[in-house]
Amino acid sequence: MAPKPTTSYRRFFDVNGWLFVSIALGLIGVFMAYPIVKSLWMSLHAGQGTVVEFVGTGNIVRLASDPVFLKALQNTCIFLVIQVPIMLLLALVMASCLNMPNLRFRGLLRTAVFLPCVTSLVAYSVVFKSMFSYDGLVNHALAWLGLIAEPIPWLNDPFWSKVVIIIAITWRWTGYNMIFYLAAMQNIDKSIYEAARIDGISAYRRFVSITIPNLKPVILFTTVTSTIGTLQLFDEPMNITTVGTVFSDNTLTLSMYIYNLSFKFVPNFGYAATVSYVIVLLVAALAAIQFYAARERN
Amino acid sequence: MTNWAEKFRMASVYLFLGVMAFVSIFPFAWMVISSTNASVDVTKGKFTFGSALLENFEKLNKSFDVAQVFWNSGKIAIIGGFFTLLVSSMAGYGFEVFSSKARERLYNGLLLTLMVPFAALMIPLFILMAQFDLLDTHLAVILPVVASAYIVFYFRQSTKAFPPELREAARLDGLKEWQIFLFVYVPVMRSTYAAAFIIVFMAAWNNFLWPLIVLQSPELKTITLVLSSLGSAYFPDFGVIMLAAMLATLPTLVVFFAMQRQFVQGMLGSVK
Repeated sequence: MAPKPTTSYRRFFDVNGWLFVSIALGLIGVFMAYPIVKSLWMSLHAGQGTVVEFVGTGNIVRLASDPVFLKALQNTCIFLVIQVPIMLLLALVMASCLNMPNLRFRGLLRTAVFLPCVTSLVAYSVVFKSMFSYDGLVNHALAWLGLIAEPIPWLNDPFWSKVVIIIAITWRWTGYNMIFYLAAMQNIDKSIYEAARIDGISAYRRFVSITIPNLKPVILFTTVTSTIGTLQLFDEPMNITTVGTVFSDNTLTLSMYIYNLSFKFVPNFGYAATVSYVIVLLVAALAAIQFYAARERN
Repeated sequence: MTNWAEKFRMASVYLFLGVMAFVSIFPFAWMVISSTNASVDVTKGKFTFGSALLENFEKLNKSFDVAQVFWNSGKIAIIGGFFTLLVSSMAGYGFEVFSSKARERLYNGLLLTLMVPFAALMIPLFILMAQFDLLDTHLAVILPVVASAYIVFYFRQSTKAFPPELREAARLDGLKEWQIFLFVYVPVMRSTYAAAFIIVFMAAWNNFLWPLIVLQSPELKTITLVLSSLGSAYFPDFGVIMLAAMLATLPTLVVFFAMQRQFVQGMLGSVK
């Protein structure tokens, strides 16, 4: 006779528990976990197509002297550092405006600013591409307003093409983040604001001292998800600033470079996997910093 | 005095929100109007309805079988959505209701995969699909959709609101576990299912990078691939592109307006 099973022992062998989770675990194991480990292994190899050899840290050494990689890394970091703070601040201000108790047309305004979130990245990208083309709507409007004498080459210029990408991502995702802030604001106890108002504390101080601290977990959440999203940027630069099949170096991102290395040039999967792990490391490092910063101030 | 300050404050709030709402909606208006104009008029910045809608549609349909492309995207989004819901809700239910130490560890590992960007998966995933001989099939697009740690997480969070008394009562009535899941849990949680379906449907419909990698045959292409190839032409026909963009946006727009509440609720499910 086996010894009498303990509760935790019985729980481990609970058939129902395993049955319910097994399909998902199997699929995620095969299509998520395995590729994660596999690409780490691949990053230690280099070669063309299926002919590969073990190079150890050779790929990492190659990164440091690869100008295209450094350009892609630089572009990605520029997008990250400029776009994420602008977007989150804008979302925060929008949410606190929409949260004002005596605001009229609230539903209408909220729906309007949230609408961009339902568009596909490719669809809005081609719309932006047309608006910002050399003889497009934006240049016409700016000229009509007398703001520019010459049309701006939005999509080809090293500076303006980045601006267009930043405008585009901000347009698409601000409303998305705003919804999280708005929901969190509505959960803050109204009586705290009431008490602060009676004490004669200004609206700005109430925002800084009551709203922001209460939103800290949500701000952390949106910062982490936006960081992950921006580090993976692909659809927008691919569809806004690419002409024909020629990627513009001005807006080349890490994801686009990985795509190039794997599916455009002679495939070097090992090196591409190494670049992809740069993104993984950046995500992990930035997320860790953000979690740490959020905990520190508590 | 205070009254004036208050009025000024409200006016600036309305102005700010008004500008934001305008900026948000404007590209939609531009897209709809441009889809009725010829390419030359679109680039000229013409902001009135034209008469080239049918002509644009014929041009679009000539380069791509519009009905086929819609069918492909719809098939992937609906089949992907259905199986994701089935698999993920079972897992979410299983992790929450039959919680054990071993499964808790696996669940935490599962959450960790959420942090890994798709870029790090796509090459091994591509090779895996080649080994399974699934390249250039819709199944290759659907399978990674179904393997969604995020939706498992979403269902587990939502299952916390599922009253245990219902399960106990069903057990006393002699229902087996799978019967409880199917006939008690599923109907009770239908709004959770609706919200999750919208999220998966939209993500699958709008997916671009992965279909771009695995799909080659023109007759298998999805709407995002078609849109992208139209847009990347050396001499893009903007009237046709705008029409295609509008067609790509329409289903998600309809779903959004029909189920706005569930959509927002679904988005928020992850931070509750």
